[in-house]
Amino acid sequence: MKPKNTILAAAAAFAIGLSSISAFAAGDTIIIGEINHYKRMASFTAPYKNGIELALDEINGAGGVLGKPLEFIYRDDQGKPGEAIKIAEELMTRNGAVMLTGTIFSHVGLAISSFAAEKKYLYLAAEPLADALVWAKGNKYTFRLRASTFMQASMLAEVAAKTDAIKYATIAPNYAYGKDAVAAFKKALKALKPEVEFVTEQWPALFKIDAGAEVQAIERAKPDAIYNVTFGGDLAKFVREGTTRGLFEGRKVYGLLTGEPEYLDPLKDEAPVGWVVTGYPWYDFKDGPNKVFVDAYRAKFNERPGIGSLVGYITVKSIAAGITKAGSTDTEAMVAAFKGLDVDTPIGKINFRKQDHQSTMGAFVGTVALKDGKGIMVDWSFKDGANYLPSDEEVMKLRPASK
Amino acid sequence: MGLIFAQLLTGLANAATLFLVASGLSLIFGVTRIVNFAHGSFYMLGAFIGYSLMQVLPGMFGFWSSVLLAGLAVGVIGVIVEMLVLRPVYKAPELFQLVATFGVILVIQDLALLTWGPDDVLGPRAPGLKGIVRIMGEPVPKYDLALIAITPFVLFILWYLISKTRIGILVRAATQDREMVGALGVNQAWLFTGVFFLGATLAGLGGAIQLPKGGADLLMDFNILAAIFVVVVIGGMGSLPGAYVAAVLISVLNVFGVTYIPQSTLVLMFVVMAIVLLIKPYGLFGREEVAGEHGQVGEPERPIKPAGTRGRVIVGGLLVILAMVPFFGSNFAQVLITDIIIFALFAASLHFILGLGGLVSFGHAAFFGSGAYVAALLVSHAESPMEIAFLLAPLGAGGAAIIIGWLCMRLTGVYFAMLTLAFAQLIWSLVYQWGEFTGGDDGLVDIWPAAWLNGTTPYYYFTLLFGIGGILLLRHVAHTPFGYALRASRDSVRQAEATGINTKRIQWAAFAFAGAVAGLSGALFVFSKGSVFPTELELAKSFDALIVIFLGGVKTLAGGVVGGASLEFAKDFITRFEYWRLLLGLLIIFVVILAPEGIVGASRKLGERFGFVDDGEGRR
Repeated sequence: MKPKNTILAAAAAFAIGLSSISAFAAGDTIIIGEINHYKRMASFTAPYKNGIELALDEINGAGGVLGKPLEFIYRDDQGKPGEAIKIAEELMTRNGAVMLTGTIFSHVGLAISSFAAEKKYLYLAAEPLADALVWAKGNKYTFRLRASTFMQASMLAEVAAKTDAIKYATIAPNYAYGKDAVAAFKKALKALKPEVEFVTEQWPALFKIDAGAEVQAIERAKPDAIYNVTFGGDLAKFVREGTTRGLFEGRKVYGLLTGEPEYLDPLKDEAPVGWVVTGYPWYDFKDGPNKVFVDAYRAKFNERPGIGSLVGYITVKSIAAGITKAGSTDTEAMVAAFKGLDVDTPIGKINFRKQDHQSTMGAFVGTVALKDGKGIMVDWSFKDGANYLPSDEEVMKLRPASK
Repeated sequence: MGLIFAQLLTGLANAATLFLVASGLSLIFGVTRIVNFAHGSFYMLGAFIGYSLMQVLPGMFGFWSSVLLAGLAVGVIGVIVEMLVLRPVYKAPELFQLVATFGVILVIQDLALLTWGPDDVLGPRAPGLKGIVRIMGEPVPKYDLALIAITPFVLFILWYLISKTRIGILVRAATQDREMVGALGVNQAWLFTGVFFLGATLAGLGGAIQLPKGGADLLMDFNILAAIFVVVVIGGMGSLPGAYVAAVLISVLNVFGVTYIPQSTLVLMFVVMAIVLLIKPYGLFGREEVAGEHGQVGEPERPIKPAGTRGRVIVGGLLVILAMVPFFGSNFAQVLITDIIIFALFAASLHFILGLGGLVSFGHAAFFGSGAYVAALLVSHAESPMEIAFLLAPLGAGGAAIIIGWLCMRLTGVYFAMLTLAFAQLIWSLVYQWGEFTGGDDGLVDIWPAAWLNGTTPYYYFTLLFGIGGILLLRHVAHTPFGYALRASRDSVRQAEATGINTKRIQWAAFAFAGAVAGLSGALFVFSKGSVFPTELELAKSFDALIVIFLGGVKTLAGGVVGGASLEFAKDFITRFEYWRLLLGLLIIFVVILAPEGIVGASRKLGERFGFVDDGEGRR
């Protein structure tokens, strides 16, 4: 073995590496580090990023925050938690970011959250839904914007409790989000209506559903109602097989997130009519801030907003409000500011709760109908997230490490 | 009774796509010996192209012509890939081509995103076959019945093609002994291209024909990959009837699994594969592999030697530079180098069994993940101090490697690789499923190092010590009698046995040792990141290591380290661009074509040509 060339090559690569890793001089902008799975979840991150851009335009057009323009640096973590942490470190120490935000996958969100607590960086988890993020694994430096699994499942359970269905079947992807969503729905429904029973629980592997078999298994259990947590391609396959085989005839179906444009639109004229779902009826706003947001979004990007667009937009608004309230970009000051922070958003005022750092951002609940060959939500109403969170005592128990 | 029959029909219908895609993979492997990772990408392209065609061509005729045209279009794409990417590397070491096909996956992912956009599309229903028929009172979709009818028809056509036509005779001959076929005057290059066309066409057909049961999305390439490998291995690599039987077996078992053990969806097929391989080591219809392809492809390997004085001085110098980094480099430089060293150590541990032992493992991430999880579990459940958890991690990973190694050692070659994959997948699904203990996919968080190590710089030195130490240990072991015995077992089992080496035991020990070192890198990883998730046990992680070894150079001692370090470094840079997968894919293909001996092998040759280093015989 003659290692010279190897080593020369390595040394050269190394030298280039070090020269490119030079320190970054913080400029006159406030930089936010945004980490997401831009490629893995392209259909969700694209509207999300647009929402961010729209809010940045508005804020910087009005003079920025603390007199400085707000700037986002977007980085792709390939959906890997380890990669996300490396990027987080780089954003904070080299690019001069003042705080971190982003991620859709719960596991990546949890990794960044733990890292943020260790290094004392502020992290606003925009989209990850896992309950653990603010409860079991909650910490001082992590805040979460979106209505969590628990909140959205409780909203559906509330509707379900009003019907006379007793026997329920559930179908959810076989991973933490699916399990949380089923557990939360069961708990909320049993609390409201103790006589319900769950006759079968189906757990297809994420994005590998065998829809025909799942439909047969549910049919076999003869439930009165079905609770669905599948989404994306799994949802499309489940809906198609279920409709074809008549699974949904005469049964109430509750779909978590099913009404979000990202999931409902690909179904086109096969959208499951009659399902009660959480989602985002952007097409139905007649006036008010919701309408203003939708119009501005469509004017800028010439496409419909998704739920991700709304989340991205509110993320930026929350950050701007937090930094303004803190009066500086010092982490401890920002953390203090985010506790109990009120933010004006298109869907009304939200509050980042002091006790568990969860925002009270709510969700829309409605019934799926068809209009012009497309699925929409009708008879929808907006549910304030504040009403679907556990009591403070329960939160204290759920959040052992919280201060 | 009616329900069970209906479930059987569902399983048979599901088998259609699986069979079409897997039979293509099986054919390609049988003739060209290429493990085509890009086969899932062909399937995805078939779905997207079929979808686009169906938007234009109306009616029942339009639907079925779209399916056929999508298949043919993907066949042509397969030919392009074969001619541009694979032809230049047929002479490279065995399995090297899989790296090229991995590059193809990345390129196709970004090209599909550019062409069809990010949104999932729902496939159109087949005209004339939208409804259901009732069989024994149970609803059965008409399209399912069509699929059930089509599959044996395709199988028959393929069987006829392979066993009754001249082309088929050549294909079968090439499957048995491709050198002899070449010697008899058959143009191998065109035979390979033809087989690639056929295989890709089948994958494309599979993608298009499943549209009415699903649709097309950008994740479907990876999502089907594991399943088709399982089908091909269970059936026996290269066997078409085997692929059919295995596809039916897996699909039908899956339907019943869904109904009676709904939690089994993640692991069922891997359990089946492990059982089949332990009973029938070459699959249901497979034949024993001819070992070593009648001698190694490519150049003969040079014997390895310990580094000379000059080499040692340079390595020492590099180490000094690394040790100085905290004094002149930024905080992030330390974080990046920490990551690179950890990955290089992981890659080097796989290189130890692959390069020196000739044992191709597709599941090495199992040991990296075991190490990380052992440490993390000890910290979160037993609240053990970081130092103890860190020490026990490699032992735990080594223990796992001893058990898995014992089960896998009875097989060789690609079958050995697939069995390691099956066990890696079993460990993954155990961790994933057992939420109360392992945290499931929410993982284990807040696993930070002890106070004296907590901080970027102390941990950097810690990683430097154990990471570089591990790499040097692997190198040292390569030059011990154990290392020589391992290489002897790889090169000639018969001669090694004759000299009194217990080859299986040596390989088993090497497997366990490599597992322990991978566990060490896993432990370094978990304390540097503070958390661990099942992603560290995934197939993709194993493939990452496999790819860098080939890129670095299988037949060189430094291949794993250099490949791991350069790719990790390149990735850090490339992923900053929007279409980084395209860039990275092209880079990989580029390296593969330009440097079939890997980075180390190629630069050594270059050095010899210009006289910087002397060649194996001491000439300058």
